[in-house]
Amino acid sequence: MTTQLPVGDLAPVATLERAARTSLLRRLLRNPTGVTALAFLLLVALAAVLAPVLAPHDPNTAAALDVLAPPGGAHPLGADGSGRDILSRLLYASRLSLAGALTAVVVAALLGVVSGLVAGYYGGRFESASSWVSSLFMALPAIVVLLAARTVLGPSIFIAMTVFGVLLSPAFYRVVSSAAGAVRHELYVDAARVSGLGDGRIIGRHVLTVVRAPAIILGAGLGGIAIAIQAGLDFLGLGDPTKPTWGGMLNDAFANIYRAPLQVLWPSLAIGLTCIALALLGNALRDALERSTGPRRRRRGGQASVEVRSAPVMTHDESSAAAPREDLLTVDGLSVGYDRPDGGVTTVVEDVSLTISRGEVHGLIGESGSGKTQTAFAILRLLAPGGRILSGAIEFEGSDLAALSEKEMTAVRGRRIAYIPQEPMSNLDPSFTIGHQLVEPIRVALGIGRAEAKEKALALLGRVGIPDPARTYAAYPHQISGGMAQRVLIAGAVSCEPDLLIADEPTTALDVTVQAEVLDLLRDLQGELGMGVLLVTHNFGVVADLCDRVSVMRSGRIVETGPAREIFADPRHEYTRSLFDAILEDAAPRGPLALARTATETQGAPS
Amino acid sequence: MLRFVVRRLLAGVVLIAVIVALTFFLLYARGGDIARRLLGQQATEETVRARASELGLDRPILTQFGDWVSSALQGDLGTSWLSAQPVGEAIASRLAVTLSLVIGATMVTAVVAVVLGVLAARRGGWVDRLVQFVSVLGVAIPGFLVAIGLVLLLAIEFGWFAPTGYTRFSDSPGGWISSITLPVIALSIGSIAGVAQQVRGSILDAQRQDWVRTLRSRGLSESRVVYEHVLRNAAGPALSVLAVQFVGLLGGAVIVEQVFAIPGLGQVAVGATSRGDIPLVMGLVVITAVIVILLNLVVDLLQGWLNPKVRQT
Repeated sequence: MTTQLPVGDLAPVATLERAARTSLLRRLLRNPTGVTALAFLLLVALAAVLAPVLAPHDPNTAAALDVLAPPGGAHPLGADGSGRDILSRLLYASRLSLAGALTAVVVAALLGVVSGLVAGYYGGRFESASSWVSSLFMALPAIVVLLAARTVLGPSIFIAMTVFGVLLSPAFYRVVSSAAGAVRHELYVDAARVSGLGDGRIIGRHVLTVVRAPAIILGAGLGGIAIAIQAGLDFLGLGDPTKPTWGGMLNDAFANIYRAPLQVLWPSLAIGLTCIALALLGNALRDALERSTGPRRRRRGGQASVEVRSAPVMTHDESSAAAPREDLLTVDGLSVGYDRPDGGVTTVVEDVSLTISRGEVHGLIGESGSGKTQTAFAILRLLAPGGRILSGAIEFEGSDLAALSEKEMTAVRGRRIAYIPQEPMSNLDPSFTIGHQLVEPIRVALGIGRAEAKEKALALLGRVGIPDPARTYAAYPHQISGGMAQRVLIAGAVSCEPDLLIADEPTTALDVTVQAEVLDLLRDLQGELGMGVLLVTHNFGVVADLCDRVSVMRSGRIVETGPAREIFADPRHEYTRSLFDAILEDAAPRGPLALARTATETQGAPS
Repeated sequence: MLRFVVRRLLAGVVLIAVIVALTFFLLYARGGDIARRLLGQQATEETVRARASELGLDRPILTQFGDWVSSALQGDLGTSWLSAQPVGEAIASRLAVTLSLVIGATMVTAVVAVVLGVLAARRGGWVDRLVQFVSVLGVAIPGFLVAIGLVLLLAIEFGWFAPTGYTRFSDSPGGWISSITLPVIALSIGSIAGVAQQVRGSILDAQRQDWVRTLRSRGLSESRVVYEHVLRNAAGPALSVLAVQFVGLLGGAVIVEQVFAIPGLGQVAVGATSRGDIPLVMGLVVITAVIVILLNLVVDLLQGWLNPKVRQT
């Protein structure tokens, strides 16, 4: 028996308030497991209440003749080692077991909710003291504390369960204090306070509604634990011998296990089924909560559905000055979709076609959610779970990436096509050194030895402008700045001299001064290695700086495409023009830096 | 790193001091009543008083506490009131038995739970649903019911194992393994279920991280990313849950030992509790607290090794 508390997997508080308003019970009743569990528990409760009516015998009357009587006749389930009727004892025992469990849960809830509210809402010293006390409670197995308490306080089940309730209270405390702490900083609570509501009203209105549902789930889980530990104490023979309990019956039956093995079954079923029913009930409640909030949570940025419009793509002619170059990547009619929980598919990229020539920088520009990042992931075949290429071809050096096996695609990634992410810090594995994360893929991709790979990695770190490569090599990601991390990621991306580099807003998350340096670095590396680049961005400043060609994306489609120079000179699509206007309005009074500024101001919006 | 260890050790010492004080005052607060309970209702007032003074219970409680602490610091946890055996000795002889059960169950838990958790997280679909459902049941069913079921089925019905009793490792290694197999299984079911859920959850969390995509973009295969990087990142939370389970197993062993008639700490604890042998109960609480706090220290160090961020703070 463990006393692990089912706290960790509760749904986030923010999603719960909404759910708490609609009836949890009604949703629970649509879940067959939940209904069964609830019905069983009601049945047990009913049996407990009606025990005096239902029981055929007095639970404590021992008949010497009936010792270990088999089921049937006067004793439907037989009689125990002292000749007492098992069915009657079982019914009466359910009273004590349920009342004991209820005692523990109520004590835990009262203590935990009150201290949690005070700690979370007012914070300060009380909060740290309470946290320390809850870690104190965790320092001993509950049963050891209960044994010690039993030594001095005697065998009463209610005293034991009160002590156990105190030990369980940190579970409620944690749920309530974090919910109250979250609410404390909400603007609507400040507003309520300004408008003259007292703390009591605010707590009642805004905090208790939030914690009600998780507290009920927690209560079900803890009730099961309380039943189990109480039965365990009685099974050890430490309970009150004058009162029938499930654990005490189990003790008696176990003592006679060789003579009447079946007798173990009844109290075991009572304990086991009640514990399982409580656990399943808690689970069903959680499911009911999560299902109502699930679809909202599942939607991620950039996966907005696409209205199907079949406006033609506005294409600018190639300027005659540019020499024709060999095609490196040709995306033709690409559509990408994500499976929805209801079985449908949300299309996020629709019929996208674009071409990147060898050594050319192709800008893919659009607002957040326009599908440009999804297009980039589709080319890498690294769409998030549930996403897939619905149709279209991705020709890359003679093969269709959309049709390659996963193994073949793994061989293309890193060696031929590389990727620079948007947010540098979250794209390095926090558990490994920078050096490890550079060397491992280099060794896999190029099949070279550790020493050679390390030498190469150090040279790369120097090349991307890291002042002390050896130190950064040995550092962990949290020890370096965002700008350094982005340089590391760029070093990793170019480490195997790819033909195509896909850069997903590579400067959006960086400081303004660092942005310019990173763009310079990218330009230099591109020229040096002759890579084709697909540059995903929402920043026309970056496009103007780096790109040979531009495709403008909106709502999953490309609306305008052509040489950067032509598009800047003559934007034809109204959407392209509105993108320009948005930037120019912002830029005019402040000069060239403002171009970069717009990027930082809108950062954090994934596309 | 050294400062980290010293700070944790100090915090542990403070925690033990508080537990010792609380337990002592809880156990000894009732002074003369304790002697009465030892001797029964028939004993005369005089014999009770004599016994109380013999056990030193008539002194002020702070004096008693001071005495206990000063001898405990010299390694003397007192003497059992009933068997006259030194408490330290009575516990030490049983500690190895209980620890072998708990450590065995922890190792079984770690291996099986990781396999199940990885399977559920990687395969998804019905495998995932099955593992999750079984986990809910496994957490819910009390370990001693599993123990009784195993005794009934595998020991009494099929006769594959000795139903009860304990063979020392030094007497017969094979017999030792056979005698702890069923208890270890009974103890492990619940903790496997709990840890498997956590392993599954942390793998799914880790898999959603941006760096997984980036590592794959560098040409690492998905399985390599999962088994080298994702598992490493999922190990920290899983280890924390395993530590919580260890404490739970220590408690569970008290009851499961009783089912299998294994002479471990559980037997000592139940005997001492029902007979009111307060020095022994006191010693058990202190030893358990020390074990748990040492375990948490080891887990903290392992966390530091697993997670470079922890190391610095």
